[in-house]
Amino acid sequence: MGAAPKTNHIGLSVQEYKGGVSTLCKGCGHDVITNTIISAFYEMGVEPHMVAKLSGIGCSSKTPAYFLNQAWGFNSVHGRMPAVATGAALANRKLVNIGISGDGDTASIGMGQFVHLMRRNVPLIYIVENNGVYGLTKGQFSATADEGAKLKNGTVNDLPAIDLCTMAIELGCGFVARSFSADRKQLLQILKAAIAFGGTCMLDVMSPCVTFNNHEGSTKSYDWGRDHEGPIHEVGFVPGWDTPNVDFNDDRVAVPMPGGGSVWVKPLENTNHDPRDKAAALKLLASDHQNDDEFFTGLMYVNPERESLQDDMDMPADPLWNLPIDKLRPSRDKMDEIVESLR
Amino acid sequence: MSEPSTAPESAAPVHAEPIVNRLSIQVATVNGSGSQTANNTLLRAIFQMGIPVSGKNLFPSNIAGLPTWFTIRANADGYTARRKEVDVLICMNAQTAKQDVADVPAGATVIHEEGLKLSDLRDDVDFYPVPFQKMVRDVCPVVALRRLVVNMLYVGVVAELIGIEIEEIDNALTKAFSTKPKALDLNLAAVRAGLTWAQENITGRPRFRVERMDKTTGKVLVEGNKATAIGCLFAGVTLAAWYPITPSSSVTESLIDLAAKYRIDPETGKQNIAIVQAEDELAAIGMVIGAAWAGARSMTATSGPGISLMSEFIGLSYYAEVPAVIVNVQRTGPSTGLPTRTMQGDTLFCAYNSHGDTRHPCLYPANIKEAYEFAQVAFDAAERFQTTVFLMSDLDLGMNLWMADPFEYPQKELDRGKVLDEKGLAEAVDWGRYKDVDGDGIPYRSLPGTPGGKGAFFTRGSGHDEYAQYTESGDAYAANVDRIQRKIQGSADVLPQPIVDGTGNAVGLIAFGTSDDAIGEARDQLRVEDGIETDYLRIRAFPFPDSIRDFVEAHERVYVVEQNRDGQMRMMIGMEMPDLAPQLTSIKHYTGMPLDARTVSEAVVSLEKKGS
Ligand SMILES: Cc1ncc(C[n+]2csc(CCOP(=O)(O)OP(=O)(O)O)c2C)c(N)n1
Ligand code: SF4
Ligand SMILES: [Mg+2]
Repeated sequence: MGAAPKTNHIGLSVQEYKGGVSTLCKGCGHDVITNTIISAFYEMGVEPHMVAKLSGIGCSSKTPAYFLNQAWGFNSVHGRMPAVATGAALANRKLVNIGISGDGDTASIGMGQFVHLMRRNVPLIYIVENNGVYGLTKGQFSATADEGAKLKNGTVNDLPAIDLCTMAIELGCGFVARSFSADRKQLLQILKAAIAFGGTCMLDVMSPCVTFNNHEGSTKSYDWGRDHEGPIHEVGFVPGWDTPNVDFNDDRVAVPMPGGGSVWVKPLENTNHDPRDKAAALKLLASDHQNDDEFFTGLMYVNPERESLQDDMDMPADPLWNLPIDKLRPSRDKMDEIVESLR
Repeated sequence: MSEPSTAPESAAPVHAEPIVNRLSIQVATVNGSGSQTANNTLLRAIFQMGIPVSGKNLFPSNIAGLPTWFTIRANADGYTARRKEVDVLICMNAQTAKQDVADVPAGATVIHEEGLKLSDLRDDVDFYPVPFQKMVRDVCPVVALRRLVVNMLYVGVVAELIGIEIEEIDNALTKAFSTKPKALDLNLAAVRAGLTWAQENITGRPRFRVERMDKTTGKVLVEGNKATAIGCLFAGVTLAAWYPITPSSSVTESLIDLAAKYRIDPETGKQNIAIVQAEDELAAIGMVIGAAWAGARSMTATSGPGISLMSEFIGLSYYAEVPAVIVNVQRTGPSTGLPTRTMQGDTLFCAYNSHGDTRHPCLYPANIKEAYEFAQVAFDAAERFQTTVFLMSDLDLGMNLWMADPFEYPQKELDRGKVLDEKGLAEAVDWGRYKDVDGDGIPYRSLPGTPGGKGAFFTRGSGHDEYAQYTESGDAYAANVDRIQRKIQGSADVLPQPIVDGTGNAVGLIAFGTSDDAIGEARDQLRVEDGIETDYLRIRAFPFPDSIRDFVEAHERVYVVEQNRDGQMRMMIGMEMPDLAPQLTSIKHYTGMPLDARTVSEAVVSLEKKGS
C-alpha cells in the first residue's frame, strides 16, 4: 500500500476532479485546458457537486465531459450556452458555473448571446477555447482567425479578427484574460482567480487545433504561439484560506476577489500592465492587433466592484426549487384581492 | 355647453319594438386616439348592468394613425362570440367612414361626427349626426387633450341613446382613472356633455336598447393573457424569460406586475421569482431550459415568430428531457403575417416542433377559466413528463376582455415530477438518468447541487444511453426515443380530457380553443333555424386520448372547425389515427378575425346539403 493520496483543503484527491476519457485528437489544445481546469478546481477545493459545467457545440464544447465527473454537465446547443448558464445561475445561485465555448460557438453563431452575457454579469467562468477554426466541422475559418492566416488548403482569411477580450471589456465584463494552452502555469493562476471572482470571467485561451490549424501559415498553431506569446505580466493567485489579507511588500499589484483570496500581477522585465486600468487594457489590446510579432497574454482587466445579475435582480440566497409553496402561491385573501380588481 | 344641433336628421326615427339586450356596437376610430378607455368604459358599464358582454379589439399593427375597430357584443342569452353584423356603429374615423356605413346591415344605428356628412349614404339605416368636434372645444380647454376627450363624448351619447346607466359609466371611469383624479373629472364632464346633448337633441325611441338584468353577478372581466399570468403565479412559476412580441407581451407584463405585489419575500425582501427580458427568443428559451434543469419552474411567453426561433431548443428539451412551459399566444402567420390578428395557425407547428421525431403536449384553452387553470396543468405536466408543454392561447383569448367566473383557488399541490434528492439517490439501485424504472417511460432526474456524490449526470442533445453517457449506438438510440414516445403518449391520460356535449346525432363537430364560443351559438342556430342537431367534442389537449376516436366513430359525419387555412387539427387527427381521416371534413376560418357562429352554421348547412 502506498501513502494516502494527497488531498486539497476540503479533503478531496485530484481523482475526484477528473472526468471521462477525452475523445479529442491527440495533442489538441483543448485537452490541456481540460487538465488545467481539473487542477484549478482541485487546488481551489471547490465541491464538485456544486459545479455546473455548461457548453455549446464543438470539439471545445465536448470537454465538460472530460473534467469533474461529479459535477452536473450540460452540453446544450451551438452558440447558446450563455442563455442556459444564465437560467441555471438564476435558478440556483449557489452553483459554481463554468462554461466552455469555442471561437465558432462564441464569435459567430453565439455572438449575440456572448454580448448579452457580458452585459449581465452572470457568475460564470466563460472560456473560449480559441483555435481560429471550426474543429468539429473540419477546419473552416472562424471569426477570430487573423487577417492573412492560411488554411491547410491555402485559403487565406481576408477578414479582420474579432477580439473577444476587447469586446468583453467594453461590454462591462469585470474579469477578462487571455492565455495560451501551452502556458499552463499562467492559465492555472488565472483560472483559480476566476473561481474566486464571482461574476462573469471571460477567458480567451489560444488552443491549437492540431488537425486543422497547426501548420505553417496559421497564427493559431503551437509553434506560432510559442514563438509569439508575450505575457504582459506575471499572474498569481493567493487563496483566501491561506492568507486572508494579502500585503505584498514588492512591486506586485494585488486585487482582492469577492470569493476570497487575491489575484496579483507582477511586472516583467520590459513590460507591465495594471489590470485595474480599463483604458490601458483597451489600448494594449488595440496595439496587439497592429502587431503581428506578439500576442499578449495575461490578466487584461479586473474589476470586482460590479454587482452580479442575481444581486441586481434581488434573488434569494436559496435555490428556487427550494422555495416552499407558501412562498410561491399567494394566499386566498390575495386571490380575492386580485379577483376584486377585475370587477 | 354647445348649441343644440339643428341638423334635421337628429329627429330620430321611431321604432315600435326596440330590440333589448341583443346588440353589437362597433366603434370605428383611429389607432392611438385613446379610444380604448372609452370603449372599455362602455363594455364595463354594460357588464355591470348584468348583461353578458364581450369586447373584441380589431386593431392594426401600428402605434398611431391607422384605422381600428372595437366591437362590443351584449347578449341576454350569453352569446358572446364575435358577430359579424353591427347594430350600432360609431363612426369616428373619416378615413373608413363610408365603408363602415356601407358594411352595416339595414336597420342599423349609425352615430357619427356631424361633419362627416354620412346621412345621405343610405336610407335604410338610422343616422345620428353629432357635433363632436364642436362639443369637445367647449368641454376641454386644453387643445392637446381634445383628441382623447372626444371619445368620452360618444360614450355619453351612446349611453343615452341605448340606455346604459350613467351611474355604471361613472363607476367604470372611476375605476379606470383611480389614480388620476384630474383626468377623471375631465372625462366625467365629457360623458355628461355627450349625454346632455343626446337628451336635448335626440327624440324618439331608438331601435336597440340595453336594460338591467342579473346575468353577470359575481363575474369578472379579464383578458386571457392576464388570466394566464395569474395562473402562472399560483402555479408557482419561479423563472420567466421573454422577448416582447404581440400578442403575448401582456402575459409577462402582467406577471411582472403580479410579482411586484405578491412575490416579494416578507421576511427577506427578496424576489421569489426571476423575470428576465432576454435579447431574443433563442435566449429566452435557453434561460428557461437552463433554469428548469437547475430546478426552477420556468416559462416563456411568445408568439409564432418566437416559436420559430426557439425550435432548436425545443428539440433539446424533448430529447434531453428538460421541462419547459411555452405560452404561445398565436397570431396570424406565416412570417410577420397579420401580427395583430388572431389564428390557430401554430397547431401543427407546435405539436411536432423541431427537427427529428418529436411530439409535444399542447393545451388548448377556450376561455378565461382555462387560460388560468391550464397554466398549472402546463407546469405540472412539464415537470411530470420532463418536456416542453405548450399553452396554446391566441390573440382573441389573450388580448380581448372576456367575462368569466372568478378564479378558483387551486386545490392541487404543485407536481414537481420525479426528482431524486440526496436520500432518494442513496436509496436508488443503479440509478440511471434515462432509465424507465416505473414502466411509464418517465425517468428520474436529479438537480445540480445535490450532495452525496451520486446524482451527477451529463445532459446533452446528442445520443445518450440510460446512464446519460454519450453513445452513437443505434439500438440505444431507438430504445431511448421509443421510451420518450411512450412517455409523451402517457400524458394523454392526465392532460385535460375532451369535453363532449350531446350523443346519438349523425353530425359531430370537433373544435378547440377560442372557437368554442362560436360553436355553442352555431349549434343553437343549426337546431333552431335548420333543424340540424349536432354533437360536439372540444379537444383540450394533445396527445389525443381514445375518446376522440370514440367520438369520430360514433358519428356519420364529423366537421372539424378551426381557425387556420389548412385544417391543421384535422390533419393531426388524421395523422394520429389514419383510419379516421376519411370521415373528417374541415370547416376553416382564416381572416384573422375571431370566429363567428354564422360562419360555422352556414358551412355546416351547405356541407350537409352537399352530403345528403
Ligand atoms: C445550429 C448548428 N449549426 C451548425 C452546426 C455544426 N457545427 C458543429 S460545431 C461547429 C463549429 C464549432 O467551432 P468552434 O466553436 O470553434 O469549436 P471547435 O470545434 O473548434 O473547438 C459547427 C458549425 C451545429 N451543430 N448546429
Ligand atoms: S479537430 Fe482540432 S479542435 Fe477538434 S479535437 Fe481535433 S485537434 Fe482538437
Ligand atoms: Mg474553434
